[in-house]
Amino acid sequence: MRPSPAPAPAALPDDRGHFGPFGGRYVAETLMPALLELEGAFRRFSADPAFARELAGLLADFAGRPTPLLFAERLSAHAGGAAIFLKREDLAHTGAHKINNTLGQVLLARRMGKRKVIAETGAGQHGVATATAAARFGLSCRIFMGVEDIRRQATNVQRMRLLGAEVVPVAAGGGTLKDAMNEAMRAWVDTVDDTFYVIGSVAGPHPYPLMVREFQTVIGREARAQILAAAGRLPDALIACVGGGSNAIGLFHPFLEDGVALIGVEAAGEGVDSGRHAATLGRGTVGVLHGSKSFVLQTPAGQIREAHSVSAGLDYPGVGPEHAWLKETGRARYVAVTDAEALAAFRLLCRLEGILPALESAHAVAWALREAAARPAEAIVIVNLSGRGDKDLAIVAGPEAGMQEEKTA
Amino acid sequence: MNRIEETFRRLSAAGETALVGFVTAGDPDAERSLAVCAALCAGGVDVLELGVPFSDPTADGPVIQRAAARALAAGTDLAAVLHMARRLRAGHSVPIVLFSYYNPILAYGAEAFHRDALEAGADGVLIVDLPPEESAELTSRWPDRRLALIRLTTPTTPPGRMRAIAASASGFIYHVSRLGVTGGRGPDLTGIERQVAALRAVSTLPVCVGFGIAQPEEAAAVGRLADGVVVGSAFVQTIAEAADDPGLAERVRRQAERLKGALPRKQ
Repeated sequence: MRPSPAPAPAALPDDRGHFGPFGGRYVAETLMPALLELEGAFRRFSADPAFARELAGLLADFAGRPTPLLFAERLSAHAGGAAIFLKREDLAHTGAHKINNTLGQVLLARRMGKRKVIAETGAGQHGVATATAAARFGLSCRIFMGVEDIRRQATNVQRMRLLGAEVVPVAAGGGTLKDAMNEAMRAWVDTVDDTFYVIGSVAGPHPYPLMVREFQTVIGREARAQILAAAGRLPDALIACVGGGSNAIGLFHPFLEDGVALIGVEAAGEGVDSGRHAATLGRGTVGVLHGSKSFVLQTPAGQIREAHSVSAGLDYPGVGPEHAWLKETGRARYVAVTDAEALAAFRLLCRLEGILPALESAHAVAWALREAAARPAEAIVIVNLSGRGDKDLAIVAGPEAGMQEEKTA
Repeated sequence: MNRIEETFRRLSAAGETALVGFVTAGDPDAERSLAVCAALCAGGVDVLELGVPFSDPTADGPVIQRAAARALAAGTDLAAVLHMARRLRAGHSVPIVLFSYYNPILAYGAEAFHRDALEAGADGVLIVDLPPEESAELTSRWPDRRLALIRLTTPTTPPGRMRAIAASASGFIYHVSRLGVTGGRGPDLTGIERQVAALRAVSTLPVCVGFGIAQPEEAAAVGRLADGVVVGSAFVQTIAEAADDPGLAERVRRQAERLKGALPRKQ
């Protein structure tokens, strides 16, 4: 189960935002100057010790970092193999890893003199995290969210509104994350002179995949130090769910040069052969969506397909370009877990560990059970528990969940 | 000399302003779209932009988004658009510019697209989401420059970048007259005058101005400042309203005629 020896150049992307053949900046000309300005500002401020200090302070006092690394004793015993550790991003402020990135980007927006932010959201976690950071700094905030996601993630809509954000419903397409991102990009083209677009994943045009990664690697840096302190050695495998892929990159990246297996878990929805899934790396082909080249779910004629997952945060037909590169080079492995398996893992983690995971994170937990079972007792597996599951109670308790479990059981 | 160059030369000699007409190909279906394109030509459109429908048109407003959805529902893909161009070319000498997002062209293949577009009688291509930074991956695989790559400039384009874009452009320059997506509010004349002057300073190519131009008066005002005026959403809106009207083509023809008639003569 060791990763392939292909070199994993942690130095990527190059200065035009390319990870090998992936990444880049495929956007309307109107946005190019804004992206170039953003890239310059990001490089300048990320090298500025005062910016780093301010962000570190916020991550500690406002977001509650570092998040713990918990040995999941009963889950490990249940799996019957390797020791499973959980990186508790669910305990970060607002209940997911998304706050790491939004604090960074909102700080950057302030330094660039932008007073308005916009963002897209799927499950609502990135929307809540953006609205939270905007409220903390008194910026005006508009969040674009698909109508289907508004329906299935209603509590997060309420949270965003309480935080002072305007939630803009997007009815186009399937009313999910892809459509929200389309509309956010349109809104940005319209207001690019005074508005900062806070992208929530390692997707989108350069510099977003780089910038979001840099703000999320705090997850992997902490986990690395924590496992060394707890076990005296590096783990054997890291497991994280992949929609756009920000929590996975955040965990993986500080381990790229180590001999640690990296496993990304995509949403298989009703099964990767059902046509209703979000396994972009597993079943997609190379294309350009939302400003970068990566794997996408598309027709042979290059039209983007609708994705499907019970988890709104994974319900996306694209994926960050660095994941495409990690897949191509063999440095990371990508697998998929069905709706039903994720729902079962959700319930299991509740009962065995007293933790309600986000449905997104439950996909990683589901794969961790298999991965741990296939490894010896002395092996160590770290799972990124990227968010908490309170937002998903209506889905898990509702009739949809029963149907999903029956359909693919 | 290709048809685009030829057309602008002829118009310039006659003191005319070009009317560039955009429709989404295959909207509402192939046959009616073909009739609409023929009507645009009959109505005086000097350059025809055929939009290739895409599932995720992030640079388009609601009018063209809905047109793309109708065209896709009717089964239009890039191959079908090229077929339409071929049929149009059989009866018309108007320059045809394919207007696309990058992904359908990427899926079609760079070489195959170049070959088939030229074979179908297209004269140029404008790719909304392929800035100069990324376009070499496409054009480096083209055997020649017979297919013009139309470049866009916008109100946010700084002078240095404008110069670089102009240097790599061919055919004409499409100047997006304001921020935002296609359709919507009218043109900002003060801005356009300044931006076109900046373009003139760095390029000898014809400059066509688009986005938000719907009415003959607007076309007339913008036409005084540029070599050509692009009208898109206004035609597409007519198609949406009159899709099932047997008089659709005639309505589009009259609309084009009114717009062309309003454009200023320069001498």
